Amino acid sequence: MRYSVFSLIRNAFSGHTDWPAAWREPEPRAYYDTIIVGGGGHGLATAYYLAKEHGVTDLAVVEKGYLGSGNVGRNTTIIRSNYLMPANTGFYEWSLKLWEGLEQDFNFNAMVSQRGVLNLFHSDAQRDASARRGNAMRLNGVDAELLDREQVRRMVPLLDMENARFPVKGGLLQPRGGTVRHDAVAWGYARGADQRGVDLLQNCEVTGIRVQDGRVVGVETTRGFIGARRVGLACAGHSSHVAAMAGLRLPIETHVLQAFVSEGVKPVLDQVVTYGAGHFYISQSDKGGLVFGGDLDGYNSYAQRGNMPVVEEVMEMGLQLFPAFSRLRYVRQWGGVMDMSMDGSPIIDRTPIAGLYLNCGWCYGGFKATPASGWCFAWTIAKDEPHRLNAGFRLDRFATGHVIDEKGAGTTPNLH
Amino acid sequence: MRIPCPYCGERGNEEFLYLGSAVLERPAPDASAEAWVDYVHMRDNPRGPGAEFMQHVQGCRAWLIVRRDTLTHAILSVAPARAARGGGA
Amino acid sequence: MNGAQPMRLAAGGAIDRARPLGFTFDGRAYAGFAGDTLASALLANGVRLMGRSFKYHRPRGPWGAGAEEPNALVELRTGARREPNTRATVIELFDGLVAQSQNRWPSLRFDVMGVNGLFAPIFTAGFYYKTFMWPASFWEKLYEPIIRRAAGLGRAAREPDPDEYDRSHLFCDVLVIGAGPAGLAAALAAARSGARVVLADEDVRPGGRLLAEAHEIDSAPGVLWAERVAGELAGMANVTLLARTTVFGLFDHGAFAALERVADHLPEPAPHQVRQRLWRIQARRAVLAAGAIERPIAFGGNDRPGVMAASAVRAYLHRWAVLPGRRGVVFTASDDGWRTADALLAAGASVEAVVDARPDPPAALMRAAGARGLRVHAGAQVVGTHGHLGLQAVDVRLPSGSSLGIDCDLLAVSGGWNPTVHLASHQGAKPVWDAALAAFVPGRLPEGLAVAGAAAGRFTLAACLADGAEAGRAAASACGHAAAPLVLPRAADEPAAQAAFFHVPGPRGKAFVDFQNDVTVKDVKQAAREGYRSVEHAKRYTTLGMATDQGKTANVVGLAILAEATGRSIEATGTTIFRPPYTPVAMGAIVGHHRGRDFRPARHTPMHDWAAENGASFVEVGPWYRAQWYARPGEKGWRDSVDREAEAVRRAVGVCDVSTLGKIEVVGRDAAAFLDFVYTSMISTLPVGRVRYGLMLREDGLVFDDGTCARMGPERFFITTTTANAGRVMQHLEFCHQVLKPAMDVSFLSVTDRWAQVSIAGPRSRDLVAMLVGPGVDLSTAAFPHMSAAEVEVCGQVPARLFRLSFSGEMAYELGVPADFGDALMRHIMQVGAPLGLVPYGTEALSVLRVEKGHPAGGELNGHTTARDLGLGGMMSRKKDYVGRRLAERPAFTDPARPILVGFKPVDRGQELKSGAHFLDPGAEARIENDQGYMTSVAFSPALGHSIGLGLLARGRERIGQQVRAYDPVRNRDIVVEVCHPVFIDPEGDRTRG
Repeated sequence: MRYSVFSLIRNAFSGHTDWPAAWREPEPRAYYDTIIVGGGGHGLATAYYLAKEHGVTDLAVVEKGYLGSGNVGRNTTIIRSNYLMPANTGFYEWSLKLWEGLEQDFNFNAMVSQRGVLNLFHSDAQRDASARRGNAMRLNGVDAELLDREQVRRMVPLLDMENARFPVKGGLLQPRGGTVRHDAVAWGYARGADQRGVDLLQNCEVTGIRVQDGRVVGVETTRGFIGARRVGLACAGHSSHVAAMAGLRLPIETHVLQAFVSEGVKPVLDQVVTYGAGHFYISQSDKGGLVFGGDLDGYNSYAQRGNMPVVEEVMEMGLQLFPAFSRLRYVRQWGGVMDMSMDGSPIIDRTPIAGLYLNCGWCYGGFKATPASGWCFAWTIAKDEPHRLNAGFRLDRFATGHVIDEKGAGTTPNLH
Repeated sequence: MRIPCPYCGERGNEEFLYLGSAVLERPAPDASAEAWVDYVHMRDNPRGPGAEFMQHVQGCRAWLIVRRDTLTHAILSVAPARAARGGGA
Repeated sequence: MNGAQPMRLAAGGAIDRARPLGFTFDGRAYAGFAGDTLASALLANGVRLMGRSFKYHRPRGPWGAGAEEPNALVELRTGARREPNTRATVIELFDGLVAQSQNRWPSLRFDVMGVNGLFAPIFTAGFYYKTFMWPASFWEKLYEPIIRRAAGLGRAAREPDPDEYDRSHLFCDVLVIGAGPAGLAAALAAARSGARVVLADEDVRPGGRLLAEAHEIDSAPGVLWAERVAGELAGMANVTLLARTTVFGLFDHGAFAALERVADHLPEPAPHQVRQRLWRIQARRAVLAAGAIERPIAFGGNDRPGVMAASAVRAYLHRWAVLPGRRGVVFTASDDGWRTADALLAAGASVEAVVDARPDPPAALMRAAGARGLRVHAGAQVVGTHGHLGLQAVDVRLPSGSSLGIDCDLLAVSGGWNPTVHLASHQGAKPVWDAALAAFVPGRLPEGLAVAGAAAGRFTLAACLADGAEAGRAAASACGHAAAPLVLPRAADEPAAQAAFFHVPGPRGKAFVDFQNDVTVKDVKQAAREGYRSVEHAKRYTTLGMATDQGKTANVVGLAILAEATGRSIEATGTTIFRPPYTPVAMGAIVGHHRGRDFRPARHTPMHDWAAENGASFVEVGPWYRAQWYARPGEKGWRDSVDREAEAVRRAVGVCDVSTLGKIEVVGRDAAAFLDFVYTSMISTLPVGRVRYGLMLREDGLVFDDGTCARMGPERFFITTTTANAGRVMQHLEFCHQVLKPAMDVSFLSVTDRWAQVSIAGPRSRDLVAMLVGPGVDLSTAAFPHMSAAEVEVCGQVPARLFRLSFSGEMAYELGVPADFGDALMRHIMQVGAPLGLVPYGTEALSVLRVEKGHPAGGELNGHTTARDLGLGGMMSRKKDYVGRRLAERPAFTDPARPILVGFKPVDRGQELKSGAHFLDPGAEARIENDQGYMTSVAFSPALGHSIGLGLLARGRERIGQQVRAYDPVRNRDIVVEVCHPVFIDPEGDRTRG
């Protein structure tokens, strides 16, 4: 059933008892042409675009938990394409373009809200770096505006412009950046994929990847062996140990990133604002909660929880920006496990094993990338070669030195 | 997290700097390019027990090899890296 | 006084009737007593309408009497101290308290947003995912602004918080969480064993449920026992009692976070008193004795003011001597609910009926009720309620199927108790369903944590006392303290059976599961029907449990309904896990004093005060404040000052504070060999008394840092780092030594803070230095050439280090003295240098001078550049191994097409260059494919009279003399520049070496 205000009203008369399930709960078949491992945002988007753009419908997504149980449901919901490195900017801009038409495309309101992303800077050197990035964005056809201190003050009136330890000197604004209701992205892609015949297999954990003569032939799961000609891995923080089932070793460390939400209050912040003298980002959701986060805890972790030192640091930065939020209470904190790559940029590529494809290394950037990641991964799987947009996200770039290191932080994943 | 530093006793993890898997052997200067790329860029990234480098940067400044379970955060052992490399603690 | 408080009982309660307190709610004045909460005082005044719900703006009164409250949320205080969404049930009343209702317009009684209720057939679970999509551009312009304005509950303050907060640490053997019967027994057992005990409770008084019940311990009111135990604990040196303190998080390895509300019960904190304090408690063992929370039953109209948790009714009666209603009905699925009927009767209220959803309530209860003349309907259910802004009647469905209307103004609901397991699942362990208890109990426990009393599902008093005492003893024993003999107090085990009864089928009207977020039984069922069958899906789709009460009352009911709707058991359905914080925590409390200017420490150089006296403007450089320029009277802007300073250096002599540079002593038999390993160039060949410029790479082959390396003795080096990387270089050296080269005999000492250091630069610098170090030091170029180092004395008495080094391209020295002499040195230099035309110069002039000389600095050392990119490929030794050597050979890093460092001048010399501009070939389209690099640093060169720049340009060295565009659209600039050699001044270096 197509979602619309008319279907909503029609269903109101029947007490909403006639809505069909958003997706089926099929039993696994013995064989699929293609299997995507990971029913998070990227895996579901990949399935959706494989079905929609490439006609691949003999397709299953296998997910060890529930759909969207990965980082797509535990992030700070920010979308943007304000990247510096050419390999990133084009890709993330394509992602933003897909976001802009996504809801109409998959007929699900994900509340894509282009409220603007403002990256603050606090020194002349940061202003120059922001200008460099803004100019790179403009060369890529991406919107970017360099704001001075007064423009920032007018735009975000609650910002502390007087007493901060590192005073705000201005900001780089991407007006088209914003936020998206994160769960809805998973659900929208899942429903869209399901409607095109994709089997979404929940509570189906991959325990092995079967390879014969250098070719993938299927996956072992907790619901039995499922054969396949092609297998795409989209396992985020769990990429290393899933890839290890096929004998691959990755340039990935898994780290925990915490995020926070405050009690809901009437509107106090219209944009997404990021701090420049540390790592902090905040926006206010449509429900009224302030959603914010900061740095990784810093150590490798597969546990979806963090510790107090980072909680303190994150909140300190929050009140550096907005001292009026001091009395606001946070209600929830959670942790996601991040696939931090060695240069801070993702990998969407083939692997040395025929028919096995890899999508990982999203660091904190995974959510905003969801549409383009799925789109490019679908292309890469369908055509057995990368699309122009993900051509830079190669697995062998570390061997050649073609690293894509936005921050220049080097091979220290917890600094990206 | 509390990390039992062999020199300073049990301290909070905010005093420590984390630096990835404890790979002790740096390849020889003339080792293959693959060996070097592997050393610098590739990680086992264990899900469960693993060894990692941490420096007690706000304490004795010793570089430590911390064996820790990445699923539970349980600390299994801590030893100075120098001792592990035969350099004497 | 009771005249003003019509619902206040004549006697009883833990309130101080001698201390009346005045307060206002929505502008109206009321009175209460010390010991009241805002909710109890309002109820005493006959006010039960306290809030509006989130979505439908339904009128709401308090459901509970504690931290789980979903309904009675208010804006407390005003102005900069305004706190939205504050639970009236936990606000301690103080004189002059001001509270307002929220999320209503124009008033709480008449809220036009109540029309949302009419659209309820459309505003169903997840309705917004299905509409508001057309046209796409309307979301930001139309739909979302309306939704945003409607959403959110209270209003945040818009001014900085005037109050202070604190962060403190506690270490203990045993942390006991909760000072109810189990917690007190646990703390006492542990403390008497000699363990260091911390006992924390969110309430102001000890006792927990004892404060709300009529229980007896040792044949006296239970509250007296609680007070006696708390008194004994308070007198023990090994015990810390934390009242008004909520332990809200459990983290790794026994780390707990707790919030102490130090001054929230006062109109405002006393001078120098903090409002709240964050405790980080490190406990070897902990006992979670957090009690239990009564769960609601979902039935039609279960949210009307006057529908209240049965346990809360007892709390209002016993603790606050408030009658929540005069004509009560009890609706229960547990034995516990029956006691509310007794309590109401004892307080003089009428009890119209006890409706027990269980077909066969215990015979003993039935008999006792019969003896009191209570009307009991077993196997019956409340299916609907009546009353606009408050309850007036309920509809009861009898087992026969017939319906019965009962007039009442209070409905006490008992759906059974949920153990407060939250902290036990903060480490990720899911609670498990105990079918016999009909409740979730803690699952696999984190190491060191025990759960006792009602939190562990032991709901009766005697069991709580015994359980707590045993847990306390065991915890102390685990910490090595021999158990002291403990006599358990005498208490009874009251009837406490409860049924797994969560909702009434076929409700009349909306049956709420999550009160605050207006999630109904229908919503949960619809979610299940639409495929949101996982408990996480249902929660996220309906927003169940995501309000400010964090699902404390809603979650279990919601998942039970989900289980039923999906045809699974509760066990198979599972539950979501609780995450910190247990109750919402103000961000200010987490931050403590680390706010405003105190966010991070400020580092000042030894010459800071001198600089401030001399007109310096300071700039943040990492933690440091550095003098950026020194303004003189009459100068119209920073450019005037900077031009003057730079010119003075080129013409005469200038002095610059460079104390912030990282400084490290490297000492040992293998010091030289070690430095060969960390620098790209050969250091071991450096003679004593000489200095070399050094470059460090990261192991991935990119430039890490640069600085100077001076050999002060055969086995002693003094190296400098950039200000930004001082800490990281030290860590890197220690890593390289301890991990990679542990056999080397070398050690390091960071001496950044030990030496105050100045740069003295300019043609007359030698004259000035000579005056400082005296005639005994031969400064001639022959004796002390460029790149020399020596240990000298200043003024014949202060030990100093002198280096002949130049960043500016002029003849220049760096002079270091022990930090304590820095201020005196600067004042002395200024005095003796005055006749030479000496000026102090700041970081801006320093930058001008280095750009003129083409030296790479922060803009170029950005983690993206190779040594070759910076024109420093010649420093990469081929004779030795060093960090970064091997991976610097990767194809991408040796690609001749890489952008490399060159200089730039505007073709129209009057134009200003800007860092961050990108280079394009003239005539090329402004597209990323045509990007040729970017400008890294710029300066106005007073010596040349025009703007100059450094930048990284593809094949730059081959393009010297050519023109490119400096494209800078974010600043609306696009100018033509000429590519030139990066050294603008004295390329031969004669002035440096002179």
